[in-house]
Amino acid sequence: MKRLLSGNEAIALGAYHAGISVAAAYPGTPSTEILENLAKLPGPYVEWSTNEKVAMEVGLGASYGGVRTLVSMKHVGLNVAADPFFAASVTGVRGGLVVVSCDDPGMHSSQGEQDNRHFARFAKVPMLEPSDSQEAYDLMPIAFQLSEEFDTPVMVRTTTRISHCKGVMEIDEAASWQPKRAHFIRELDKFVMVPSNARKRRPLMEERIAKLALWVENFPKNEMIIQSKKLGIIAFGAAYQYAREVFKNASFLKLLTTYPLPTQLITDFSRQVETLVVVEELDPFVEEQVKAMGLKVRGKEFVPPIGELTTDILEDGARRVGLLKNGRKALPQKETQVELPVRPPILCAGCPHIATTFVLRRLGFYRHLSPPQADEGGKLPAGLRQGGIIATSDIGCYTLAVYPPLLALDTCACMGASIGQALGLEKAGVPNKIVAVIGDSTFVHSGITGLVDMVYNQGSGTVIILDNDTTAMTGHQGHPGTGISARGEKVTKVDLELLCRGLGVRDVNVVDAFEVAEIERTLRRCVEIEEPSVIIARGPCPLKERVAGTPFTIDAEQCDGCATCLRLGCPALIREGDKAGIDQTQCVGGACGVCLQICPREAIVKAESKIA
Amino acid sequence: MAGVGGQGVILASDSLAEVAMRAGFDVKKSDALGMAQRGGSVVSHIRIGSKVFAPLIKKGEADFLVGFERLETARCASYISPHGLAITNDQELPPLAVAGGAAPYPDQRQVEHLISQYSRRLAFVPGLKIALELGNARVAGVVLLGFLSAFLPVEVALWEQDIAGRVPAKFREVNLQAFALGRQEAKVFNSTEPEAKATAAEDVAKRVRNTTRHSGRR
Repeated sequence: MKRLLSGNEAIALGAYHAGISVAAAYPGTPSTEILENLAKLPGPYVEWSTNEKVAMEVGLGASYGGVRTLVSMKHVGLNVAADPFFAASVTGVRGGLVVVSCDDPGMHSSQGEQDNRHFARFAKVPMLEPSDSQEAYDLMPIAFQLSEEFDTPVMVRTTTRISHCKGVMEIDEAASWQPKRAHFIRELDKFVMVPSNARKRRPLMEERIAKLALWVENFPKNEMIIQSKKLGIIAFGAAYQYAREVFKNASFLKLLTTYPLPTQLITDFSRQVETLVVVEELDPFVEEQVKAMGLKVRGKEFVPPIGELTTDILEDGARRVGLLKNGRKALPQKETQVELPVRPPILCAGCPHIATTFVLRRLGFYRHLSPPQADEGGKLPAGLRQGGIIATSDIGCYTLAVYPPLLALDTCACMGASIGQALGLEKAGVPNKIVAVIGDSTFVHSGITGLVDMVYNQGSGTVIILDNDTTAMTGHQGHPGTGISARGEKVTKVDLELLCRGLGVRDVNVVDAFEVAEIERTLRRCVEIEEPSVIIARGPCPLKERVAGTPFTIDAEQCDGCATCLRLGCPALIREGDKAGIDQTQCVGGACGVCLQICPREAIVKAESKIA
Repeated sequence: MAGVGGQGVILASDSLAEVAMRAGFDVKKSDALGMAQRGGSVVSHIRIGSKVFAPLIKKGEADFLVGFERLETARCASYISPHGLAITNDQELPPLAVAGGAAPYPDQRQVEHLISQYSRRLAFVPGLKIALELGNARVAGVVLLGFLSAFLPVEVALWEQDIAGRVPAKFREVNLQAFALGRQEAKVFNSTEPEAKATAAEDVAKRVRNTTRHSGRR
């Protein structure tokens, strides 16, 4: 039967039909749905790991135990997991170990863009790249076989347009879940990587890649499509799909194995066509290897190395360098330009992060002028304070508080970075008070080690843990601090207060995330003390808890249009003429109540009756 | 299909893609959504045909643009093909910049003007008004789906079956009603849609009259 599945759903089902026993992941766009879908299927053990490194280690252990294992993560997750990933390449596997890396060209939901195909070559691990859902499904059993046959982890690399694109596909309806029997066989020179053993494994890694290079030559899913011999295109992944649309008559070599490359196949293909082109998103990963083979090839001169490829971009590029002759259907001349207001992602109505980030901003912490700047100007611009608190931020919904009107944060680099950054700023001698802002899931992911460092090295920063009891941004996954497992069972909950105290923080505070005055009071006190402090601002994600309260209304008599409430960035607060208004479909009323607390004229009132 | 996170764009595009597959077509559906759970722009590209390669629609090649509110419809105007039909829910969801007073929200005329640079076929559908009349603002997207369905070679039964299976039992009836009313709107639009030969000026004039007739806001 035909089914419409996303690449991630297809990967999950393919792994299931390949008989995986263990799956581990940390949520991250665009990879999250792989584990979410596996968690819906009976049989295998699935977990949201504390972070990607732990996921990889769990996967490695399970593989040593003889069973098939899937580890999935977003591109930057593999940075976190790089250490065990490289180690897995050295030791090899027992049960098949497949690592799915979901890249995000164009940074739809990421702090950076990177081409994770380099990781395959870097770690000397074979890589497969599906170009649609069907291939994603079909490749999974092959990936596990390959892993076991060549004693290596196997990387499956997708991009947003593969992971999140739904396509029509056939699945093996007769397939069922047939796991392998777990067994551990002691093998010191394989599993114990002391230098003497690692030296023995090292040549085996080179041999392995050499053997794989032969294997990929005969891999039947690498497909040669011979049409016009004027132009021959090597492509894979989403780029293949765009290329088929743009170069309708060209010949194609579609590769599913992008590391190692089938060099003989590429050479054969190149001999059949006049002009050879590689179409790939991001880095010239394949193009450079083809060039190193001594072949004349075109690619990055017209396929941009930055961002996501589209049919439009590829077509424009091809036309620019003369690879496409026919004229483009002219788009209508724009008669007038209408400047459309942007719609950046925002915090939700009733979000527990609003009050804390508003406090950070209101105290004038959002702009730091260096003393000379202030001196030259004579005085500070209105509304700006000198020497305010620096707020280092982490990765989560709360990062959105960097946008107007909140403008509450000063840095954001990668998962867990906020606490180390705060300590670094302090130790550099920056005179400002420094606050690290991090979510509960991110704190457990990689903030704990930063806090230990702050305690050990006698820092005096304040860490605000925005605890909404979930991993909200990726769609409400559990994490150790929630006590809810990937399958939704109740499990041991890691107590964040006790954890912080156990790390050596003496000043641990828990505040209600919706109590503005309490947050401000606690924060003012904490930044003044000369030792590390933690403020846990606790309040549920309104989307997870489906919070609903009777919406507030504006007393138009009282409102003088001062717009203080609009600075919360709450989407339920809108401007109505020269006054504020409240969107009754969005406001959660007393379940939040932050605007009520900050209105200087007490113009925000609880509605008398519930509005449907 | 374009709208704002939380409006049901993904649900509607999932439904369209599924129904098209069941009708025997090849389909690819790709969503572009930002980081937020809610509130950001959401765009779904759905390509339907005998064989589909690229997951994204080229600019100027969309046969249909279904906007769940006016600003997001306007934002995707350049995707519409010269013969394409732009269908927009006549609803405003002001983004923060607008709500805060920093930028204006495009009015109906501006949206019309923007779309008319790419295609002369534009339908304002009172999706929210119909949904509110049915007592559930959340079914506005299904009204749009019903409107769109009138232009696609897919049996109604397939649509109804899919929608019924996609929503909780207690909302089934209201969703099916919304779908039927959307189809009804399309019939009204079809009977009034100007012939292709009409001049652009007549075209706009007629459309404004039509719009006035079945728009909730004006």
